[in-house]
Amino acid sequence: MTCLPAHTDKKLGLVIDLDTCVGCQACVTACKEWNTGGHMAPLTDIHPYGGDVDGVWFNRVHSYEHTTEAGGRTVNFPRSCLHCETPACVTVCPTGASYKRASDGIVLIDESKCIGCKLCSWACPYGAREFDTDVGVMKKCTLCVDRIYNDNLAEEDRVPACVAACPTSARHFGDLGDPASAVSQLVASRGGVDLMPEMGYKPTNKYLPPRAQRAASVAAPRLEPVKAEGGFLGWVDRMLSN
Amino acid sequence: MHPAFSVVFFTTATGAGYGLLALLGVLAWLGFIPADFWLGLIGMGLALGLIAAGLLSSTGHLGRPERAWRAFSQWRSSWLSREGVASVVTFIPAGLLGLGWVVFGRTGGWVAIAGFLTAIGAVVTVCTTGMIYASLKPIAQWHSRYTLPGYLIFSVMTGSVLLNALVQAFAIGSTVIAAAALLFILLGWGWKLATWRYNDALEITTTANTATGLASGTVRSLEWPHTEENYLLKEMGFRIARKHAAKLRGITQLLAFALPALLLVIAFVVPWPVAGVLSVLAAIIQFAGMLVERWLFFAEAKHTVTLYYGR
Repeated sequence: MTCLPAHTDKKLGLVIDLDTCVGCQACVTACKEWNTGGHMAPLTDIHPYGGDVDGVWFNRVHSYEHTTEAGGRTVNFPRSCLHCETPACVTVCPTGASYKRASDGIVLIDESKCIGCKLCSWACPYGAREFDTDVGVMKKCTLCVDRIYNDNLAEEDRVPACVAACPTSARHFGDLGDPASAVSQLVASRGGVDLMPEMGYKPTNKYLPPRAQRAASVAAPRLEPVKAEGGFLGWVDRMLSN
Repeated sequence: MHPAFSVVFFTTATGAGYGLLALLGVLAWLGFIPADFWLGLIGMGLALGLIAAGLLSSTGHLGRPERAWRAFSQWRSSWLSREGVASVVTFIPAGLLGLGWVVFGRTGGWVAIAGFLTAIGAVVTVCTTGMIYASLKPIAQWHSRYTLPGYLIFSVMTGSVLLNALVQAFAIGSTVIAAAALLFILLGWGWKLATWRYNDALEITTTANTATGLASGTVRSLEWPHTEENYLLKEMGFRIARKHAAKLRGITQLLAFALPALLLVIAFVVPWPVAGVLSVLAAIIQFAGMLVERWLFFAEAKHTVTLYYGR
């Protein structure tokens, strides 16, 4: 049913730190590698070695130049499904292929029911859903539902592939419905924000804005100029330099 | 938004078809139309033919059309599903109306009731089509109070021009029908101009700042995540040059409103064979104009995902 659950036991999601993300694309490739063999497999590539390269990705990292009165900086911005509390992508689905799980709030697609009408991708303001032209169905981030509950993996590996891959710990995974969870604490302490809150989709994933820029320079002090040339040694230096 | 021809044709054809069907239903219900075999066959055939062609065309947009039957299941939450259900349910009274009118040669009694129910079904179906677009928050040009009335007005407008052409072709033209068609054309024209004016003045609160959560200052796209256009840009990043949009708006006004209105006015004062030809011509020209209008409806709509790409 594409009606939304009135309540979800957990609100599993990601917290993405825009302060520490370096835009290395490790989360992008880790996501692609895991998921092209996972729940929504394959993540089809069209003409991967030709001219018109196209393909399905669940996670894309943009780079922006953010300029404020305090100065400018580069912000790397990973964009993926936010597993919204009120996702219109689910309610617009005419077939029941899209659904939000009552247990943990993950938004998923049942590929066998998808007719590929693409309406869900129109309803998502974040561009989280990508159509697989080869299979003819819509695909999206599963929050690595086949990793986080996977008993075959070591416990520390039961996190989404993007989180496991991040070398700067810019991605955090947990229950955002539990105020005591590490991710909720992190959001509270760093002033985490919703993307496009005015849309009213209530995204579960939160973004931590970059920290305020330091007023003073943190670089080491500039080197002093060498002593003015002069005297006997200065004369020798000049003579030898000629 | 990418103007896929299958969807542009679908909404234009079903809009005209349901408009004509609703008007035929109302006329049958009120007993204003003769129980003529050929009029019934061609009238109902034209309306249902346009609807069927449109619905078939819409399945061309699907990735897995063989599963289209599943779309009837989620009517509780999805306007697209409701549209599917309403369009199929409307075929029941419409079939009875056609049966009574064409096969049994009568328009009173149960056929009149079928006509009434057909009209209701047609209006409901057009409403569900309009709501598919009006309910999409990420597209500000569609998520407006102009969208749903627009679909209804253009449906009755194209339907009434078709009905006028139909009765004119059978030499039973009526001043009331021609005047109503003319009135609906002027209403449609006015509505389209008001919609364009609203869209042009639209102040969209969603910006690159709210999209990225980077408050204050300016957010400029430095680098895309990919070098080629992906699904998001192909489907939702369609852009049309301002000068082309202005020209196409002019063509829309000429073909969908101005020329059909002029032809109907001339048809008032000229004798029958000429008036009939002009009325049919008006319907054909208007259909072409509405295809341009619907193409622009998509091409000029901007999806919020384009903000991530600095568009």
